[in-house]
Amino acid sequence: MSTIPQSKPQSQSQSQSQSSSPPLTPRPRRRSPVTWVRGGGLSTLVFLLPLLLAFGTFSWYPIGRAVVMSVQQTNLVTAPVFVGLDNFRDVLSDPLLWTAVRNTAWFALLALVIGYPLPLALAVLMSEARRLKGFFSALAYLPVVVPPVVAVLLWKFFYDASETGIFNDILGHVGLGPFPWLQSATTAMPSLVLEATWAGAGGTVIIYLAALTGVSPELYDAAEVDGAGLWRKVWNVALPQLRGIMLVTLILQVIGTAQVFLEPYLFTGGGPANSTLTVLLLIYNYAFANSSGGDYGAATALSLMLAVTLALLSALYLRLTRSWSTS
Amino acid sequence: MSHTEGPSPLTAPPLSHPRPDLPPIKTLERRRGKRSMRTYDGSDRGIVSTAEWRSPRVRLGLSTAHAVLLVGLVVVGLGPMLWLAKAAITPTVDTLRSPLALWPHGVKFSNLSAAWNDVHLSLYFWNTVVIAAGSWVVQMIVATTGGYVLSVLRPRYASALNALVLATLFVPAVVLLVPLYLTILDTPLIHRNLINTYWAVWLPAGANAFNVVLVKRFFDNLPREIFEAARMDGAGPFRLFWSIVLPLSRPILGVVSVFAVIAAWKDFLWPLLVLTDPALQPLSVRLPTLAASTELGVFLAALFISTAFPIVLFLAFQRVFLRSAGLGGAVKG
Repeated sequence: MSTIPQSKPQSQSQSQSQSSSPPLTPRPRRRSPVTWVRGGGLSTLVFLLPLLLAFGTFSWYPIGRAVVMSVQQTNLVTAPVFVGLDNFRDVLSDPLLWTAVRNTAWFALLALVIGYPLPLALAVLMSEARRLKGFFSALAYLPVVVPPVVAVLLWKFFYDASETGIFNDILGHVGLGPFPWLQSATTAMPSLVLEATWAGAGGTVIIYLAALTGVSPELYDAAEVDGAGLWRKVWNVALPQLRGIMLVTLILQVIGTAQVFLEPYLFTGGGPANSTLTVLLLIYNYAFANSSGGDYGAATALSLMLAVTLALLSALYLRLTRSWSTS
Repeated sequence: MSHTEGPSPLTAPPLSHPRPDLPPIKTLERRRGKRSMRTYDGSDRGIVSTAEWRSPRVRLGLSTAHAVLLVGLVVVGLGPMLWLAKAAITPTVDTLRSPLALWPHGVKFSNLSAAWNDVHLSLYFWNTVVIAAGSWVVQMIVATTGGYVLSVLRPRYASALNALVLATLFVPAVVLLVPLYLTILDTPLIHRNLINTYWAVWLPAGANAFNVVLVKRFFDNLPREIFEAARMDGAGPFRLFWSIVLPLSRPILGVVSVFAVIAAWKDFLWPLLVLTDPALQPLSVRLPTLAASTELGVFLAALFISTAFPIVLFLAFQRVFLRSAGLGGAVKG
C-alpha cells in the first residue's frame, strides 16, 4: 500500500517533462521500478523464472561453455589453459577420426537407403486401408514405444551368429546364411542399421499418415477429371503434396543418424576392428572412456565440428531444394 | 482483494467447457472423423476414388496389398515382442537350444519373479518411475509457465526470448554432452555437485525447447476474449494462469506428458553419465550390465518387464501417443 504515494510524484514529474503525452498513461515511456511492478512486470518475471533458470543453466550456459572449452585444455584439477586451436588440430590428426567419419557416413547412407523410402510407402498404403488404419498405425508404432536399450539387447540375442541364432535359424529355412551379423566388420554396420530402422520407422510413418490426411481431396478429384490412374495420383498428387514434410524428415534423419550412439555402443562397442566406431562414440571415448581423465577439450572440439557440419549440411540442402519445396 | 475471488459469470463458462483444441490436433481429429464417414458420401476421400473401389481389379490388388501389410506388420512389429513375452517364461535351456519352438519343455514363470526380486529389478523399476515423474514435473512447470509468458503475458522482450529458446532447437544434442556434464559437476548458482542425485536428470530435462514451442502455440490459439474478460473481472496473472489457461490446456498437457514420460523411460546416455551409483540407476542403464551377469531366461524376463510398462501405457493412451507422433512432424515442419 505504501507504493501508491511514491509513484504519484514520479508520474507527475514524467507528465511535466513530456507535456505532449497525457498523464497516467497505462504504459509510461520511462518506467520506474515501481510502475514496472504495478504493470505486472514482477509477476511476469516470476512466471519466467523456471524457463530462465532451466534454459540458462542447462542450455544457454553449456552451449557457450562448449565454444570456450574447445579452445582450452581442461582436466578439472588445474585451471583451464588457453591452447588456441590445438584441440582441433589434435582431433583432426587422429587417424581414428576419419574411421569414425567414414563409419558414420556409411551408417547414415545405409539408413537412408533402407529407412527413408520404407515409412513413406507404408504410410501411403496404410492411408488407403479403411477399417484397419488405426490398427496398422498402432502396429507400426509399437517398436517406437519399446525402450531403445531393450530393443538393442533383444536384437543382440536375435543376431546370434551361430546356426541356432534366431535370425540364422529363420533364414536357414529358406536356404540363406548363416550370417556372422555383428561378428564381422562387413555385416556389423548393416545389422545396426536394420535394428535402428525397425526401432525408428514407425514414428515417421505416423508423421506421413498425418500429412496424407491433410492432402485436399479436391486434388484427387481434379486429377481424375484429367484421367489420372491410381499410380499417377500417388506419384503426381500425393507425393508432391508431401514434399515439405519429406524434406523435414530427411533432414531430421540425417541429423539423427550423424549422432548415432546407442546402437554401436551397446551392440559392438565400436568393433569389430573399429568398423562401427561412430563420431559420437569417439566423442564419448575422448571424454569419458579414458581412465586417465577425460580429454574434454578434444571432445568439445569434435562436438562443435560435428554440429557445424550438420548445420551447414541442412542449410545447404534447404537452399538447394527451396525451389521445389515451396512450389 | 475479494473481487478476484468469487465466481464471476464471465469466467465460469470456459472452466466447465475446457475444449478448444490446438489447430493441428483439431484438424487431425476432424479429418479422421470425416474419414470414417467416407463410405457414405464420396465427398471426403483418399487417393483411391469410389469408382476405383468398385473395380474388382483395384479392389483385389489393394486387399492383397493390405493383407500382406497386415502379416508383415504383425510379424515385424509385434513378433519380437511376442517372442520376448514367450521367452520370459521359458526355461533358459529351451531358449538356447530351440529359440523358435513353442515351449518344448514347459513353462517357467519363476523367471519373472527371479528377475523382479533376485536381480533387484523392482528397485531399478522404481528408480525409473521416480526419474520419469520428476522429469515430468520439471518439464510441465517450465513449459507451462514459459509458454504463458511468451504467449499470454507477452512482455516487451518476449520475441527476443522466444528466439533464444527456438535457437536451442537447432543446436544438436551432442554439443551439450560434455559441457552439460561439467555443469552438473559444479552447478552454477547453487555450486553443488549433482552427480548421483536425481536432480542431475530432472533439471536438464526442463530445458526442452520443443515442449515450450508446443505449449506456446497452443496458448496462442486460445481465445483472447476469455483472458480480457477475466482481467476485467479482476483476475491477476496468477489466477488467469491457474484457473483459466491451465484448465483450457488439457489436450496439450497430455501430449507434453506423454513426451516427457516416454523420453525419461528411454533415456540412456545421460543417466549413465550422471548416475554412477547402481542403486540409483534406471532400468535402461542397468539392463546392459545385467546381460553379462544374469541367466538368460531371467534376463529376458527382465527385458520383458522393462518393456511392459511403456507398452501398456501406449495401449491405454493410444490416441494421445499417435496424435503426439503426428504433431512431432507438424511442429518440426
